[in-house]
Amino acid sequence: MNKLKIILSGIVKNNPTFVLVLGMCPTLGTTTSAANGMGMGLATTAVLIMSNLVISLIKNLIPDKVRIPAFIVVIASFVTIIQMLMEAFVPTLYASLGVFIPLIVVNCIILGRAEAFASKNSPFDSMLDGVGIGIGFTLSLTVIGAVREILGSGAIFGMNLGISNYMPLVFILAPGGFLTLGYLMVLFNKLVKK
Amino acid sequence: MKSTLFNMTAVLFGITLISSAGVGVVNMITVEPIAAAKQAATTAALTEVLPAFDETTTEELTIDEMPIVVYTATKGGAVAGYAVQTMTKQGFSGVVRLMVGFTPEGEVVNVNVLEQSETPGLGTKMTEEGNPLLKSIQGQRLEDKQLVDGRLAVRKDGGDVDALTAATISSRAYVDAINRAWMAYKSVATGAAPADVASGASQTAQPAAAPADTEVTDAADNKEPEVQKGGQNE
Repeated sequence: MNKLKIILSGIVKNNPTFVLVLGMCPTLGTTTSAANGMGMGLATTAVLIMSNLVISLIKNLIPDKVRIPAFIVVIASFVTIIQMLMEAFVPTLYASLGVFIPLIVVNCIILGRAEAFASKNSPFDSMLDGVGIGIGFTLSLTVIGAVREILGSGAIFGMNLGISNYMPLVFILAPGGFLTLGYLMVLFNKLVKK
Repeated sequence: MKSTLFNMTAVLFGITLISSAGVGVVNMITVEPIAAAKQAATTAALTEVLPAFDETTTEELTIDEMPIVVYTATKGGAVAGYAVQTMTKQGFSGVVRLMVGFTPEGEVVNVNVLEQSETPGLGTKMTEEGNPLLKSIQGQRLEDKQLVDGRLAVRKDGGDVDALTAATISSRAYVDAINRAWMAYKSVATGAAPADVASGASQTAQPAAAPADTEVTDAADNKEPEVQKGGQNE
């Protein structure tokens, strides 16, 4: 398979948020601002690349019946490692994302890609799949976060646009999250399917 | 690969062993940087909320089953101020931690928000400089504020602290943490036990009041459902 195609497929054809509709819990939870969405996306990308690589390397050693627990242990270890590294070396980012990092373990995108791609493909292709899906997830979360931040609090990446008093608060809260996600999903699929 | 009891057990054992070894190694590498980063964050918060000081002594208290740390800052042997690391569990989403600085006379120097996960654009305004909450107490003695049962309160609850717009719950949480800091400050500065300070404070406002501690907690519990019915944000 063409290497570039694997990456592009993760961003467009297999976009985890708008097409596969995986990982909705962190998507809705973290996209209250563009920066939070982006941070969550990047942390997930790091875990996804590492777990895809390792799972693809050890796929032939794992008996079928215990593959899911084996994958989960690998993923959970990487999440813990990334959490500790972030806390040690980028404490400010860790402080703003702290509660969401452990949630990456239960993000079904990672287990989904381990099962659907990494356990069937070569280590290098699996890494590329991790990169593609990770970029797709990061872009989606950043866009949703940006739309919600602009509409809900009149700011973008924390920069106040001076219109914060006139914006409908609801977009920052859960209902606005669902609305934004739904309309962006429609828009994305309309554009891509053409 | 075909699954047998032996290879399933062996593989899972192997994977968990290697994974935990990996996590252990990273933990050994990061434990010192993490401690250093936390120390640096505390020092930065202390310098922000206190007048100039040379060194601090630390005292740990427990108020309402929450850990509170009081840093007594001294300059040339004299007390320069007290910084209290306080917290509340009444935030809109999770714990709010504050560092509150007091002068030896009891004036609030500054407040630094150490940790919060409130709604962006609403409750997060508590971290901005010159927000209404901070403005309401900065440079003032809390005793001189309009107290409700010996505690600070937002205007909606009968006090005179200006709340953040559309973030009443976050504002109440902030005030709750400040109250706890005030109790801790008094107990360290005057040597009284935290509970005595609370009831003593309540007597100045309302002589017949029961110990403020339990009463205020009850009141807060009763208020919460109402707030949600009223369609309040935050």
